[in-house]
Amino acid sequence: MGENGFWAKLYKGLTKTRESLADKLSSLFGGAGELDDDFFEELEMILISADIGAVTTERIIEALRDEIKKEKMKTADEAREALVRIITEMMSTSEPYEPKKPTVILIVGVNGVGKTTVIGKLGNLYKSEGLSVMFAAGDTFRAAAVEQLGIWAERVGAPCVKHQEGSDSAAVIFDAVRSAKAKKTDVLICDTAGRLHNKHNLMEELRKINSVIEKEYPEADRQVWLALDATTGQNAVAQAKAFAAVSGINGIVLNKMDGTAKGGIVISICNEMEIPVRYIGVGEGIDDIRPFDATEFCRAMIKTA
Amino acid sequence: MAFEGLSQKLQNIFKKLTGRGKLSENDIKEAMREVRIALLEADVNYTIVKDFIKKVTERAIGAEILQSLTPGQQVIKIVNEELTALMGSTQSKLTVSPKPPTIILLCGLQGAGKTTMAAKLAGYLQKQGKKPLLVGCDIYRPAAIDQLKVLASQLQVPVFERGTADPVETAYLSVDYAIHKLADTVIVDTAGRLHIDEQMMQEIVAIRDKIKPTEILLTIDAMTGQDAVNVAKAFNDSIGIDGVIVTKLDGDTRGGAALSVKAVTGKPIKFAGTGEKLSDIEPFHPDRMASRILGMGDVLTLIEKAQSEFDEKSAAELEKKLQSNRFDLNDFLDQFKQIRKMGGIGSIMGMMGVDKSKMTSEEDAEKQMKRTEAIIQSMTMKERHNPQILDGSRRKRIAAGSGTTVTDVNRLINQFEQSKKMMKMFRNKKKGFKMPF
Repeated sequence: MGENGFWAKLYKGLTKTRESLADKLSSLFGGAGELDDDFFEELEMILISADIGAVTTERIIEALRDEIKKEKMKTADEAREALVRIITEMMSTSEPYEPKKPTVILIVGVNGVGKTTVIGKLGNLYKSEGLSVMFAAGDTFRAAAVEQLGIWAERVGAPCVKHQEGSDSAAVIFDAVRSAKAKKTDVLICDTAGRLHNKHNLMEELRKINSVIEKEYPEADRQVWLALDATTGQNAVAQAKAFAAVSGINGIVLNKMDGTAKGGIVISICNEMEIPVRYIGVGEGIDDIRPFDATEFCRAMIKTA
Repeated sequence: MAFEGLSQKLQNIFKKLTGRGKLSENDIKEAMREVRIALLEADVNYTIVKDFIKKVTERAIGAEILQSLTPGQQVIKIVNEELTALMGSTQSKLTVSPKPPTIILLCGLQGAGKTTMAAKLAGYLQKQGKKPLLVGCDIYRPAAIDQLKVLASQLQVPVFERGTADPVETAYLSVDYAIHKLADTVIVDTAGRLHIDEQMMQEIVAIRDKIKPTEILLTIDAMTGQDAVNVAKAFNDSIGIDGVIVTKLDGDTRGGAALSVKAVTGKPIKFAGTGEKLSDIEPFHPDRMASRILGMGDVLTLIEKAQSEFDEKSAAELEKKLQSNRFDLNDFLDQFKQIRKMGGIGSIMGMMGVDKSKMTSEEDAEKQMKRTEAIIQSMTMKERHNPQILDGSRRKRIAAGSGTTVTDVNRLINQFEQSKKMMKMFRNKKKGFKMPF
């Protein structure tokens, strides 16, 4: 399944909802349409509906107006290309990720964004690239989370370091780091419990987990990735800021992109915090993960392949 | 948050006005622009925001604005009232089937928190003396049924499950099982599904048709963005929901999705998930949600405070005096004292929409108040009762006596006359006396 197959799948996802903005967009950017007030009003609706946010949308439209004026654009076609450029520019920090040897990836995020599933899919991806992979069942809080990751480990064929439910998450991670070092594992991927970013104690626990990795595995390439649900609205910015504050974030995995949500909030996060989006998740299947590509993301968002 | 300062922004817009009076269409437009951004940043759906703004604008330009004390305050009140009306004002209870068992079917997207909510709901009903049965129908997510079993065992609630066997059949069999075990409430946990996944949507329709639930509840994450309307509409259209549960409300999201879902389905939000523990479930209060979405709970609290702290007895007395037209400068003085009671003129003035930048500092405001007091105290009782008799020479005497100027005295008397006029306007409005500032 190549890139084409994936984007085709994404487009298919988009077209599934007839009344969704995809159709409105194709009419909006239907070639030689005029760049009048209606055009901008409709564009605003499309961008806001994609969860880009009112303030960022305003900024994008302003930039587009400037560009149209400067380049003396006349048609919607030209404007569309300019729009893709503007948004892609805002996400310029995003680049494909290549794991080094060894790498340790800590997956963090609020409840229900799909952290465990992402770990399963990432593990499979790296394994298929010929790397050795290990999981750490750091979600010791949610009932049966350890079992859930265990099932993924079996599917992927990767070892999984686990303690009992309710045990200390940092201790699990500590053991996993030791084990990964001893076995010379290429990529260690650590699960953590979902936590709302405004819960002080849980966030402090995460700080501790992160410092365990920092201390015990300085030679590894340390990645901390925030898993985001594409369905999330403006609160995602607050999430990114809070997680960055306690554990640092150097990547985002945008999950659940197979629905009708567009995940536009990552534009603000990328732009304001300069955190790259690494991957997007497009389903619950083991292959449903792809490297992020800003231009393609924009095109899919406004459906102009 | 981008709209943390909505009340401040509204006040800035209205500062050109002297703090009272009519609102022009332009003033409102500018204010509505800020309200609109606030709602959008709170994730209320674009189309709903558009309709809402239109409605509020129409109402604000109407006659009732005349009765406002300050334009900013009035606009906030209108916005809040309209939002509350949209959210619904009454709490909605679970429907109980006349013939047991009551069957509750939970549905929603992946990660919304259905399994946790199923257990919380079981615990909640158990506390009310019900005998719930949990049914595990999520055969897709690894260990989902294990999760339900662990949670159920913490509550000592029984679970019916058949591993990864057909969930439609499992749901169907669970009802007989419940009857057999004398459970009076069946809570069916289902797999998370995308609203555009036809196959999965057919599955839940099949479950519904087999068990004929008393309540179909859509579980939705409070942090959901603009897509909430699509999700809610799709679920409602395909299986027909009876209500909504909003989860993860203990986060710091404004939760505009709750409003979107209510607006698009017309179905009540019945419960809210508010924490990590199984006991963290609450009946949903729609009225509280409105001010949360608006992000202006603080301002609304101030308005309430101003209304309640105003001593009820003196309010009643004042009412009497107003009716007989006996409101005088003594009463005016009393009111200044009332304001003191509410703690800090600064916050009150801010709340009233008085321009803080004009009010060089809070101490200045205090000084102003003391000056006013001094002026009134320099009057004879006769003068206080009948301000009409205050001619030029009396005013000169009062200015000298209070260490102020005649201009100050004139200003105070104007202020008093205006307040009197305002009060007359409120006289007919029974509920809530407001400050004549």
